[in-house]
Amino acid sequence: MQDFAEAFLFAFRQIAGLDPDLLEIIGLSLRVSLAATLVSCLVGLPIGALVAVSRFPGRAGVIVIMNALMGLPPVVVGLFVYLNLSRAGPLGWMGLLYTPAAMVIAQSILISPIVAALSRQVLEDLFNEYREQFASFALSRLAQVRAILWDGRYSLITVALAAFGRSAAEVGAVIIVGGNIEHLTRVMTTAIALETSKGDLPLAMALGIVLLILALGVNALVSALRLTAARYAYA
Amino acid sequence: MKSTAIWLGLAALAGVMAAFSPANAQDKSILVQSTTSTANSGLYDYLLPAFEKASGIKVNVVAVGTGQAIKNAQNCDADVLLVHAKASEEKFVAEGYGVKRFDLMYNDFVIVGPAADPAGVSGSNDAMTALAKIAEAKALFASRGDDSGTNKKEIALWNAAGIDPSESSGDWYRSTGSGMGATLNAGVGMGAYVLTDRATWISFVNKGDFTIAVEGDKALFNQYGVILVNPDKCPSVKVAEGQAFIDWLLSNEGQDAIGSYKINGQPLFFPSADRAQMKAG
Repeated sequence: MQDFAEAFLFAFRQIAGLDPDLLEIIGLSLRVSLAATLVSCLVGLPIGALVAVSRFPGRAGVIVIMNALMGLPPVVVGLFVYLNLSRAGPLGWMGLLYTPAAMVIAQSILISPIVAALSRQVLEDLFNEYREQFASFALSRLAQVRAILWDGRYSLITVALAAFGRSAAEVGAVIIVGGNIEHLTRVMTTAIALETSKGDLPLAMALGIVLLILALGVNALVSALRLTAARYAYA
Repeated sequence: MKSTAIWLGLAALAGVMAAFSPANAQDKSILVQSTTSTANSGLYDYLLPAFEKASGIKVNVVAVGTGQAIKNAQNCDADVLLVHAKASEEKFVAEGYGVKRFDLMYNDFVIVGPAADPAGVSGSNDAMTALAKIAEAKALFASRGDDSGTNKKEIALWNAAGIDPSESSGDWYRSTGSGMGATLNAGVGMGAYVLTDRATWISFVNKGDFTIAVEGDKALFNQYGVILVNPDKCPSVKVAEGQAFIDWLLSNEGQDAIGSYKINGQPLFFPSADRAQMKAG
């Protein structure tokens, strides 16, 4: 396919040339996805940890619901946030629709369940290892949550990366609540959708390659940080 | 140690919130709900810098189908509506959502199709007969199917031809339920005839072996209108800025700018504001 070669060439030329429009779009993609990842960790990790260390009636049902919410359809989340943030909606007075903040809200709703459900599984495995020690120290539940969150931090980084990946690759929700407005709410995925709709498939493909490289960069960076941190921890 | 981590997290969150503080929103800006055809054609990229320079007002454009654009404007999520479905626009104004509708510009619709021309309609200037031939030959036809201005026009043409294509939906009639560009991509991909506005077609890149099959019928006229959303219904509307944008579009300067936008030497839109009426009004 000639299109692929063309797309690769174009992608590298764009990155090498540091096209300011492209940099702006990449920057917003990163800011929105990282902010959503941060929010989802602040919301999802405590929930995941709490469910991991607690035993209560209906717990199995809660876990099923948490796992099912990982499959939230982005378009539905987008519509839900749109209806709430629209001027005609209950939160319309905040004037957040078609802003990056709206995109962060939609993506946070989308990926918080991923963080909660995955961290619950990771931390529960850890908890089962520590259970008897916790019991012998008679630790409070809060202390248990803190301990497993801290000891599970390296696995939890992978959980956060999964959430980041989902939000960076997502288009259905952000195009509804962000509106794909140039120089305001246009991110990588909505730019790809736009170029596809213009029939400029090589450019769309090139942007897709840039997005992949971006995801690769973030993952490599986190991986490097983690290795460094681990080396210091065990040194 | 752990509480430090929590504080770090909160500090980071505060940083994120600060990064998204609406510095842009405090500048003068308006929100325009418009159609994919105007945005995909690149018209706004050409027009808006001139207006923004002249007025200092930033114009943010959301490009969706005409049906969705009108819905969004009814929800007060717009200052200005710029779409192409005259009947729906007049209803929008009549119901009090819009202040007044102005003719802005026009172009026309064309039916594009594969070089093989399975329905034998190439070169026709009679849209209704061409559609009847497509239906008779059961040649593939890709429809927007999304309640957009183009979709409304297409349905009106089928009605005029006395055909109900929805009976054949999924057979030779393919309703994509997506935007103009996506429908053209699908049409080119499966060799289906597509009704499209000329501006999108001229600027469309992925044409394959498709050419314009039907053009020049009066029934294919495509009028765009512009409306200020009514502040009585929507107090959030930025009346002064929105009106400034509309006034500029209808002014000699704006109309000339619309007429001078060309791709490959071809004009995409033809200005059609009633300039005399504007001055009087």
